[in-house]
Amino acid sequence: MLVLHCPVCGIEGEEADFHCGGEAHLVRPQSHDPENVSDEVLRDYLYLRQNPRGLHCEMWQCTRGCGKWFNAVRDTVTMEFKAFYRMDQKAPDLANFDEGQS
Amino acid sequence: MSGLPHRLPEAALGGRAGRLIDRSQTLSFTFDGKTLTGHPGDTLASALLANGVRVVGRSFKYHRPRGLIGIGSEEPNGLFAIGDGARMEPNIRATQAELYDGLTAQSQNRWPSLDFDVGALNARFSRLFPAGFYYKTFMWPRVFWKHIYEPFIRRAAGLGPPPQDADPDSYEQVHVHCDVLVVGGGVAGIAAAKAAMDAGARVIIADESARFGGITDLEGGTIDDIDPVEWMRATVAELAANERVQVLKRTTVSGHYDHNYAVMMERVADHNPALIAAGAPRHRLWKVRAGEVVLASGAIERPLAFADNDTPGIMLSSAVRGYVARYGVTPGHDAVIITNNDDAYRTAQTLFEAGVNVARIIDTRPDAQGTLVDRVKAFGTRLTFSSGIAGVVREAGGKGLRAIKVAPLRRSGRVGDVETIPCDLVCMSGGWNPAVHLFCHVTGKLDFSEDLASFVPGTTNERLRVVGAANGTFDLPSILKEATAGGHAAAKAAIGKAGRAPKAPTARADSEGPMEPVWFMPAEGAKNEGNKHFLDFQNDVTAADVELAVREGYRSVEHVKRYTTLGMATDQGKTSNINALGIVADALEISIPQVGTTRFRPPYTPISFGAFVGQKRGALFQPIRRTPIQSWHEVNGADYEPVGQWRRPYCFPRASETREQAVIREVLAVRTKVGLLDASTLGKIEVSGPDAGKFLDLMYTNVMSSLKVGRCRYGLLMNDQGFLFDDGVVARLDDDRFLVHTTSGNADHTAAWFELWHQTEWPKLNLFITPVTEQWAQFAIAGPKARQVLQSLDSDLDFSADAFKFMDYQAGHLNGAPVRVFRISFSGELSYEVATPAGRGLALWQAVIDAGTVHGLEPYGTEALHVMRAEKGFIMIGDETDGTVTPLDLGLSWAVSKKKADYVGKRALQTPALQRPDRRQFVGIETDDPTFVLPDGVQAIDGTDASAAEPIGYVSSTYYSPTLDRSIAFALIERGSERMGETVHFPIDDRLVAGKIVDPVFYDKEGERQNV
Amino acid sequence: MNRYSIFTLARNALTFHKGWQKAWRSPEPKSEYDVVIVGAGGHGLATAYYLAKEHGVTNVAILDKGWLGGGNTGRNTTIIRSNYLQPESIAIYELSRSLYEGLSQELNFNIMFSPRGLLNLCLTEHELRVFKRIVHANRIAGLDTQFLSREEVKGLVPLINDSPDARYPLLGALYQPRGGTARHDAIAWGYARGADALGVDVIQNCAVTGISRRGGSVTGVDTTRGKIKAKKVAVVAAGHTSVIMDMAGVRMPLESVALQAMVSEPVKPMLDVVVMAGAVHGYVSQSDKGELVIGGGADACNNYSQRGSIPALEHTATALLELFPAFSRMRMLRQWGGIVDMSADRSPVIGETDVKGLYVNCGWGTGGFKAIPGSGFVFADSIANDRPHPIAEPFGLNRFLEGRMVDESTAAAVAH
Repeated sequence: MLVLHCPVCGIEGEEADFHCGGEAHLVRPQSHDPENVSDEVLRDYLYLRQNPRGLHCEMWQCTRGCGKWFNAVRDTVTMEFKAFYRMDQKAPDLANFDEGQS
Repeated sequence: MSGLPHRLPEAALGGRAGRLIDRSQTLSFTFDGKTLTGHPGDTLASALLANGVRVVGRSFKYHRPRGLIGIGSEEPNGLFAIGDGARMEPNIRATQAELYDGLTAQSQNRWPSLDFDVGALNARFSRLFPAGFYYKTFMWPRVFWKHIYEPFIRRAAGLGPPPQDADPDSYEQVHVHCDVLVVGGGVAGIAAAKAAMDAGARVIIADESARFGGITDLEGGTIDDIDPVEWMRATVAELAANERVQVLKRTTVSGHYDHNYAVMMERVADHNPALIAAGAPRHRLWKVRAGEVVLASGAIERPLAFADNDTPGIMLSSAVRGYVARYGVTPGHDAVIITNNDDAYRTAQTLFEAGVNVARIIDTRPDAQGTLVDRVKAFGTRLTFSSGIAGVVREAGGKGLRAIKVAPLRRSGRVGDVETIPCDLVCMSGGWNPAVHLFCHVTGKLDFSEDLASFVPGTTNERLRVVGAANGTFDLPSILKEATAGGHAAAKAAIGKAGRAPKAPTARADSEGPMEPVWFMPAEGAKNEGNKHFLDFQNDVTAADVELAVREGYRSVEHVKRYTTLGMATDQGKTSNINALGIVADALEISIPQVGTTRFRPPYTPISFGAFVGQKRGALFQPIRRTPIQSWHEVNGADYEPVGQWRRPYCFPRASETREQAVIREVLAVRTKVGLLDASTLGKIEVSGPDAGKFLDLMYTNVMSSLKVGRCRYGLLMNDQGFLFDDGVVARLDDDRFLVHTTSGNADHTAAWFELWHQTEWPKLNLFITPVTEQWAQFAIAGPKARQVLQSLDSDLDFSADAFKFMDYQAGHLNGAPVRVFRISFSGELSYEVATPAGRGLALWQAVIDAGTVHGLEPYGTEALHVMRAEKGFIMIGDETDGTVTPLDLGLSWAVSKKKADYVGKRALQTPALQRPDRRQFVGIETDDPTFVLPDGVQAIDGTDASAAEPIGYVSSTYYSPTLDRSIAFALIERGSERMGETVHFPIDDRLVAGKIVDPVFYDKEGERQNV
Repeated sequence: MNRYSIFTLARNALTFHKGWQKAWRSPEPKSEYDVVIVGAGGHGLATAYYLAKEHGVTNVAILDKGWLGGGNTGRNTTIIRSNYLQPESIAIYELSRSLYEGLSQELNFNIMFSPRGLLNLCLTEHELRVFKRIVHANRIAGLDTQFLSREEVKGLVPLINDSPDARYPLLGALYQPRGGTARHDAIAWGYARGADALGVDVIQNCAVTGISRRGGSVTGVDTTRGKIKAKKVAVVAAGHTSVIMDMAGVRMPLESVALQAMVSEPVKPMLDVVVMAGAVHGYVSQSDKGELVIGGGADACNNYSQRGSIPALEHTATALLELFPAFSRMRMLRQWGGIVDMSADRSPVIGETDVKGLYVNCGWGTGGFKAIPGSGFVFADSIANDRPHPIAEPFGLNRFLEGRMVDESTAAAVAH
């Protein structure tokens, strides 16, 4: 059971109070140029995932709190959360990730 | 009551023998049907020993007679089925079962009796059964595995008898938070908890046994100049008196999980059935979220590996000491001690002071010095150094101990100069393993301590620290310093401030010299072969088994474990793991850290499934969602089906009516008169705001923004992969307000789905998504007389055909209740769906029934609904869809916009596989024999040779249509829409049924009935 | 190689079992192989075995960063069945199940395949319709899947709660008489021993740290024990596939997640068939040792942590207690997690990648154990013949480009 912190409403809660939505910052190509999306680009968006062993940006929803989706950085090996940030915030640079930035 | 052969007089041990028992009262219990006695404070183990019971069980594989070797949760042998009937529980450790009057205990894994066990024949042939023997045989003939070998193995394996009945007892779970969780109530845990408490933290301290103090009561010394037992008693009382501290006994912290989540099982009433009668739960599972964890779980003594070391009467040294001091029980009268460390000398001292003869102390080390040794020497006990046990003289059948054979330990491994020492008790000590299990459950990594010849905690990512023996710290003054500092630091880390570091209590203790590991003692005889040096007692794994595994190439410690089953018994290797690693390391000629260790898995000791589930049983398993009309269904004979978390009426059978007859009657009632359906489970989501229409255009395949206020439109939802997952009617309530209907099962999912898209992809759109399913009772009034029924009720709405058209929506009042009325139809009849606030639902439902009776109104269930929608050619999500079906496959291209630039699923629908012309398409099927109803899911083939044919599709829905008095079906058939009128075949068992591909709309193709 | 039989066992007993040879060698890696397989789990070992046995390709190394069979092969709940819905799935799982039937004899290693029968309990009307569809789909594919009534289920599983008042009343079950279980470690050991005897180098404690390419073709791997050249590289790394494939610059349609499982303490026989209950997410069998082997769901978020966690198992235990009230007084002995690789449609991915000579076999998700022999068989064939085996073809990576999913999700809420 993980502990999460919702950056929107501020509550701290158990994993069961949240819902994980998988990899964050996927870019949906049709939303930008619906007429020019190749099958390859579509596949990359729909199916291919980074699935890293280590730091991972992912979406969570505060299902039993404010209901808002937000993003988190989590280490997929140790299960430690490194950062929580709002949907409208930029993806952190994981290559040069500084835990202090959140 | 005394007079039991192994119960020591109260005066023994300076008047302290049997500190925990109350000799003034006698309890009786049965062991394999025989009545025995004990005292309050006894465990089943101590009471059996007091009664002179030596053999307590039979081993797993060889069925060798076994006695107790331990005193706590490490015990591998003394497992019993305790209790009777539905309250019987197998595999309980006698060392943890507190005695109560009337306890019944059955020994296990023996037939017909513990004393005479046919399975012991296995031991005769044990040479044929080395580790992993079953991988090498039982292969021929092939069918024998299923019919002969495996059934035999299954009966021979297993331990206790399986429970057969529903459990009459209750269990509960509680969730708690604390600043500091202290695991273990020995001296280290107590000192840590006190330091944390003094620093102001909220503390939970838990110990698996019925009392606090660990084994410090057996170690001597003083704390703050008083007996450690007194110090601990006073300190625990201080902890218990503080409202910020929770002191839990009989509570095992069984698992440590992510982010300092701990699970503890409290055995509330196992020791006292009267508590159950008084309403207590049997077990309580605590789920703890701790700021910091202090692990003070102590250490577990290691056995020594010598031949026949499993003979009853051979026990762990500290356990013997504990039985004498705590219960006034001596397991034997002539003891020998075998040790590689100083601690066992304390056992010698205790036995001497209790008046038990210590025939010899055998120390594997070349020498030993210090106060403990000197004291024992002063008693006149003989010591033999640099020696080990080379064999055991056993009683007939191996049921007891007559003598041991002592021989010098030589580097060559050769055994000579054997001396036989008569004895009936051997106290063995191979050193101590820190109980690091919980440290490893999440991210902890271990280091190897050469001093202890054992693993100790290394690094962890968790907010957890380890103190005392669990950390490899064994002398009392150091334990107290480490625990006090650890408790304080934990409090500080958890609550931010903690004041000045406290001073640890002062302690005095005997100092101990270094131990020296001994992994194997050669046995008498030329080659040492065929001897059984047990490592894992319960699973019958010997040193030779481990060596065989290594010899055969199973070099990784995980391979050794899995090949030999070492450490996989109910004690999870608490006493065997390190000894086995020592043997593997010796065999491979590498160091123990190079061999590595297997990973410890939760739980530390087994936890009951009852506790794991807690209150979530019966009615609380998955509470049923109830519609506002549910109580009416209950008293009106509804026959239910589970739908999601709901339970919907399938039909309302009358007396002597079958389900099928009821459905036919209900269908005909709707087709000819009028019916009433509880549709409250239907998903309802309000989407409101200036951009609501724009948003729904992105969600739905068709255009919703063009919908006029007061009108309804059927819509389809795809996922972004292009597959259909839900459908329903959308009504425009107002300019900026839509009501979305979903299927019952998808309501929650669809609301969450909308939120996801809104928040993550189109956050700039200005709207709110509000699930309102539970806020409304909703029912369909359907049938040619539906209008008359509604018109007979008091209302401000005009239900006439002109004023209230098909696919219209209007709000108003009906019979005094506010209503939203949608003229939509899933049955194909004239139909109004009426929604009213949930609290008004039942009254309005009853009013409709009352008003409808004269018109022949009948309530109908889900099956009649399904039949009627099939007659009309409407798809059903979940029947015609299965996650692989697109709207185009279902002939719904009319509802799939080509104009809109983008909506969810649009682009994927263009991918090659979804555009293939040979996809399976939605069609109707009429069997040649109109009385024959195709089975659900039957496959369709071309031609008439079922054995050679590839399926070209399958039947997705199939019914007897009461309206048409013939069978009807839907199917998804390759290129189905191009094949109207063709015949396909359906193999059913060994025959073929022919059917014609037809338009899926079987009834009222023009849709006139719903338009009247 | 020593033959294993009751006779050799008896003969070796005379010498106190000192004469047994190693089950496999521990060779040093050579500098070059025809095929390097990354990952010595069941699927990789089976691939190596069939490459050597069926195709005579013996210049093969199989590398593992740890010990062979150390991943999901030794961490699963050992269920074997082929009663799937989609024809593509039926084909590969039934090939696998039928290979399991003769595997002990073929490998001369008792893998204890136990065709004790497998029940998928039917608890809702919706399941009833789906299961009937599976029965027909299986029958036409030649499987002996049946639908059993409630009474027949009760006969096979006397401890089951068949009360009509249950939260989900038992409506019957899908029954595959020839489904069952096998001894998981033995699969890895048996294939390793068989492959080794045919000349394959099984190299443990050799982690792959890079995949070398020249242009569009693979040329070998970098390992903790040096560079190894290879004409073909086959990645069979289950939960770690994404990490390995990333070394070749190939992104995969996979997410890794810990699947939770547990066993109870052993008791005498109480459950003779395998029982699965998709509607309430529970499945259970009793091992020959007497333990109830219970599979739970996966963690809520992807991870590479083999630690046990609570929520998924608690959900499963709760469901199983409703079905088997007598389990309440049984106790959980051990829990753990295994890192499974879930593909986008929950079906496996088998075949060559866009990098020439780089093959991948992954995405078995929660159902890999049952597929080991079939997966190895078709994968070896695809590698040896430079074209997909017909049974492997539907599972190629290109399906994600074409939108051609093989989706079993309707057949099982938990697809195990």
